[in-house]
Amino acid sequence: MSDLRELYQEVILDHHKHPRNFGPMEDADRVATGHNPLCGDLLRVFLKLRGDVIESARFEGSGCAISRASASMMTDAVKGKTVEEAEKLFAAFHDMVTGEPGAEPDPALGKLAVFSGVCEFPARVKCASLAWRTLDAALHGANQKVSTE
Amino acid sequence: MATGAASGELDSAALRSEFPILSETIRGKPLSYLDNAATTQKPEAVLRAMDGYYRTCNANIHRGVHLLSERATDQYERARSRVRSFINAAGDHEIVFVRGTTEAINLVAATFGRVRLKPGDEVLVSHMEHHSNIVPWQMVCGLTGAKLRVIPIDDAGQLVMEEFDRLLNERTRIVSVVHVSNALGTVNPVGQIIAKAHAVGARVLLDGAQAVAHMPVDVEALNCDFYAFSGHKLYGPTGIGVLYGKAELLDAMPPYQGGGDMISSVTFEGTTYNTLPAKFEAGTPHIEGAIGLGAAIEYVQRLGLDRIERAEARLLAYATDALQSVPGVRLIGTAARKAGILSFVMDGVHPHDIGTIVDQEGVAIRTGHHCCQPVMARYGVPATARASLALYNDRSDIDALVRALHRVREVLL
Repeated sequence: MSDLRELYQEVILDHHKHPRNFGPMEDADRVATGHNPLCGDLLRVFLKLRGDVIESARFEGSGCAISRASASMMTDAVKGKTVEEAEKLFAAFHDMVTGEPGAEPDPALGKLAVFSGVCEFPARVKCASLAWRTLDAALHGANQKVSTE
Repeated sequence: MATGAASGELDSAALRSEFPILSETIRGKPLSYLDNAATTQKPEAVLRAMDGYYRTCNANIHRGVHLLSERATDQYERARSRVRSFINAAGDHEIVFVRGTTEAINLVAATFGRVRLKPGDEVLVSHMEHHSNIVPWQMVCGLTGAKLRVIPIDDAGQLVMEEFDRLLNERTRIVSVVHVSNALGTVNPVGQIIAKAHAVGARVLLDGAQAVAHMPVDVEALNCDFYAFSGHKLYGPTGIGVLYGKAELLDAMPPYQGGGDMISSVTFEGTTYNTLPAKFEAGTPHIEGAIGLGAAIEYVQRLGLDRIERAEARLLAYATDALQSVPGVRLIGTAARKAGILSFVMDGVHPHDIGTIVDQEGVAIRTGHHCCQPVMARYGVPATARASLALYNDRSDIDALVRALHRVREVLL
C-alpha cells in the first residue's frame, strides 16, 4: 500500500521549499519551456554548455511540490555531465518513475532515487518527469516548448 | 424513500446506502466523494434499470417488428418523455438525446450557428465558461467570420451585468452562458440574461451541466432557446445527454450527423430528412444510457429537486465556513448566489499536492483548471482544488476534507 511518506520524503520536501539553481540564467545557451496541462505546472529550464558538457543548469516557474523538487534535483544532477550522460540519466529516471514498485533504482541515479516512490502515484509521474522532458527539449532544440500531454 | 418523515428533508445516511460505490474504502479509509461536478455516483435504481435493459429488453429501436424491439423502443421513448417533463419542455420532439453537454453545444454551434452567423455577427459567451462552451463557438466563428465576445466577471466570480448590457447589440445573434459555473459555483441570473438577449433578437443557449441535478429547471419559464445537460452529472450514466431546443429552431436547423434514423427516404439522387427529434439522432443511440438517465430523473424527482437544493445549500454554508477556518485557504468564487461547488487555493501549497494528500485520507476532490483555463488565468492561479457536493454528501464528508487539509499543512508547510 502506497504511503505518503514514500512520495513526500524529507529530501523532496527540502528541494521543494528551498529549490536549488532557481531563477533565470542571463547568458543561457539553451532554453526550453515545459508545461503540464493536467495541473498547471510550468517550468523553464536554462542550460549553459561548454562543448558537450552541461556547465550549469537553472530553472524557474511554478508548480507542485513534486515538479519543483524534481527540477531542483535535476539541475544539480546534470551539472558537469555530458549531454549523453544527461540523456542516460533521463532514461533511467523515466524507467524508475514508471516502473514496478519495489524495483531497485539504477545506481547511476544516485540521490534521484528518492523519487522511486512516484511509481505508486501514477497521477504524479508527469509532475516528476516534467523537468527531465524539458531538459531533453533544451538539449535537442533551442527554445522549444514541451507538454506532458 | 430516504426522506426524514418528520421534517420531509433528506436523510443523507439513508441516501448513501442507496449508492453502492459509497461503501467503498479508499486506502483503508471511508470514501468521502466530493468530486460530483466531475461526475456523480449512481443509485441502485439506475444500475438496475440499465442492467435490466440488457437482461430483458435489449433490441435495436424504432424499426423492429418483434416484441423485444417494441419493449426497447417503448423504454427509450419513455425516457425521452421523462426528460421532457423533468425540464418542462413543450413536447417530446424538443428533446434530442446526445452524448453529453459538449456534444449538445457542438450540435447547436455547427448547425444553428453555421447557418445563422454572417461576417460581423457576434456570439457572446462569458469569462467563466467551460471549454465546451467556448471552443465550438470559436470554431464556428472562424468558419463564418462572426466575432466571439466575452462578458467579464468580477473578483467574486459574478458576471458584470453592466458590461453584458454594453456588449449586447443588434449584431449579437447568440448568447451562450453557463447556468451554474463548474469552476466557481456561481449561479448566473439567466432569466435576466434571456430577457435582455431576446430584446435585441439574440438566441440563448444555457449550459446546464451543473444545474439540473441541484435545482429545478423549467425551460418554459426560463424561455431559453436551447438547454444542454449531461446524464452522468445527474446520477445517470456517461455517454448520454440532452439538447433541448424550441421546436421552431430545431426545425429550421440542418442535420448534425447523417445516417440511419435521421432520414425519411434515401436515394442517390436525393435524401429527405426525418422529423424531430429523429432528425438529430443518427445511428443506433446509447439506448441503455437513455434508460439509465430516465431512471436517474425518476430518482431525483421522487426525492424532489427543491429538497435537494435546500440540503445542498445548507451543506454549502457549512463547508464554506469550515474551509475558511483552515489557515491559508482562500476560496475562489464567492458569488452571492452559488451552488455546491467550492474551489479553493492554499498558501504555499499547489492544488495537485493538496489532491494527492487528501486522497490518502479517502477524500476525492478535483485539482486542475477544470476545463476553464480562462477562469484560472483571470484569478492568476494555475489551478484550484475543488470540492463539489451532491445529494448523498453530508457534514462528515466536509469534516474529513478539513482534517485532510490540516494533514496537507503538516506534510508540506
